Amino acid sequence: MSMKHVMLAGAVMLAASAVALAGPAGGTVSGKVTYEGTPAKMKPIDMSKEPSCAKMYTTPPVVETVVTGSGNSLQDVVVYVSAGIPDDAAPSNAAVFTQKGCRYIPHVLAFQVNQEIKIVNEDQTSHNIHPLPKVNREWNKSQPPGTPPISEKYDKAEFIPVKCNVHPWMHGNFAVLKNSHYAITGDGGAFSLANLPPGKYTITAWQESYGDQSQEVTISGSETKTVNFVFKAKPY
Amino acid sequence: MRRINFARIAVIVVLAAALPVLAGAQQMESHEGKWTGHSEAGRQLYYRYCWGCHGARGNGDGENAPYLNILPRNFVAATFKCRSTPTGTLPLDQDLFNTLGRGINFTNMPNWSALTDQQRADLVAFIKTFSPRWKTEKSGDAIQVPAEPALSVASIKHGSELFQKLECWKCHGQEGRGDGPSASTLTDSNDQPIRPYNFTSDNRSKCGKTNQDLYKIFMTGLDGTPMPSFADVIKPEDAWDLVHFLRTLQYNNKSPELTLWLSTKEGAEIVNAKKVQNTYTGSGVKP
Repeated sequence: MSMKHVMLAGAVMLAASAVALAGPAGGTVSGKVTYEGTPAKMKPIDMSKEPSCAKMYTTPPVVETVVTGSGNSLQDVVVYVSAGIPDDAAPSNAAVFTQKGCRYIPHVLAFQVNQEIKIVNEDQTSHNIHPLPKVNREWNKSQPPGTPPISEKYDKAEFIPVKCNVHPWMHGNFAVLKNSHYAITGDGGAFSLANLPPGKYTITAWQESYGDQSQEVTISGSETKTVNFVFKAKPY
Repeated sequence: MRRINFARIAVIVVLAAALPVLAGAQQMESHEGKWTGHSEAGRQLYYRYCWGCHGARGNGDGENAPYLNILPRNFVAATFKCRSTPTGTLPLDQDLFNTLGRGINFTNMPNWSALTDQQRADLVAFIKTFSPRWKTEKSGDAIQVPAEPALSVASIKHGSELFQKLECWKCHGQEGRGDGPSASTLTDSNDQPIRPYNFTSDNRSKCGKTNQDLYKIFMTGLDGTPMPSFADVIKPEDAWDLVHFLRTLQYNNKSPELTLWLSTKEGAEIVNAKKVQNTYTGSGVKP
């Protein structure tokens, strides 16, 4: 092999590693979150005490404590890497939590420790945003219609229930996480955690009323591993 | 002859020796004007007067706690109602000191005015040993309360508009009786039912009875309760208007605000319409 060929091969390898660094490196953990058994029937919300919100719905929306989809899938489950990866610095973008139609959108908002969250009121009524943390600081702020977004952050990882005392049916969750490797399941219950460097990880799935489950997974190279979670549904 | 129960005495001696260990060995100070409190001195007072409700570890699980309908404060969480500091921040030492001297109206927390100022300062210092937050965080910066402007009818009327606009009535009721549409659903952060303040009952709200106290209540919120902070949504000059209006709701309390409001035709009509005469409440037994 001539010198020229060796150099060419070296250049190709360098280019390949550059692509690997820039593009999605490492492996992926993907899977689906489902339930077995019969989940409790989610009741319709009575918003008659807040006509400005009630009129936004033709049929009353239902409680979102357990949101199911086709094929016994579970939505709004936070799936995240709970061990095996260093903590990440907070990203610069803000996670947005919107109050609309006297509900929280999204129902579960996941973000990182020290990441900015912006809380927006799009309703024609006053809300108070009252997250109920156990390890973070507890605050409670009023937000009348037309006022600017509330900006906040949390400095410790925690799952925090959020409520509005004025509208007792309003209920949401903050998932404050230590790293950027997380996903929230949508319709179909699927999730995917990409860009995991080779290593051994603990993957945890958290559902607000069913609690959490963890599984270990080892990633070597750029493979995709499947991890599925099955929660036992509570009928009450 | 009565036998001395040595086993019981031994248990008491061991428990007494263990108390300082339960509460942690750290030292704290508190500073309230000319007073400086020391946690070591406060410890003795705490285990005499406070732990029956607030518990040996300060987490609010004392032996009386299950019988109280507003649970005793959990000093480990360090979430306090009566503060001069913004929502979510630690109170000033002075705030805790004031709460001890005043008690918390409508709850089982009595006032501790029987103790000396020095003793209350010592208790504040000791209470701060329960939560690690006092070691890692500073007290919040006290909110600025501008000088109270002169009272006027226009100020009361503007306050009344704010009461509508900010939807205070959703919990406190249109007449301030604590019977708004959301009132019956309210729970505090311990998941216990809690009532919004009924302005017609008394002139002492949970965190004091001066106009300044009222101002601070809605600008800082009462942390741990449904009462939020309005600091970001009410301008300081508007806040005083709201204070003036809230005073007129306390129609059993002859305040300058109520007197002025009653001197106007509109105000007198509103206040008198609220006073329901010759009706009896409660068991039906006529007084």
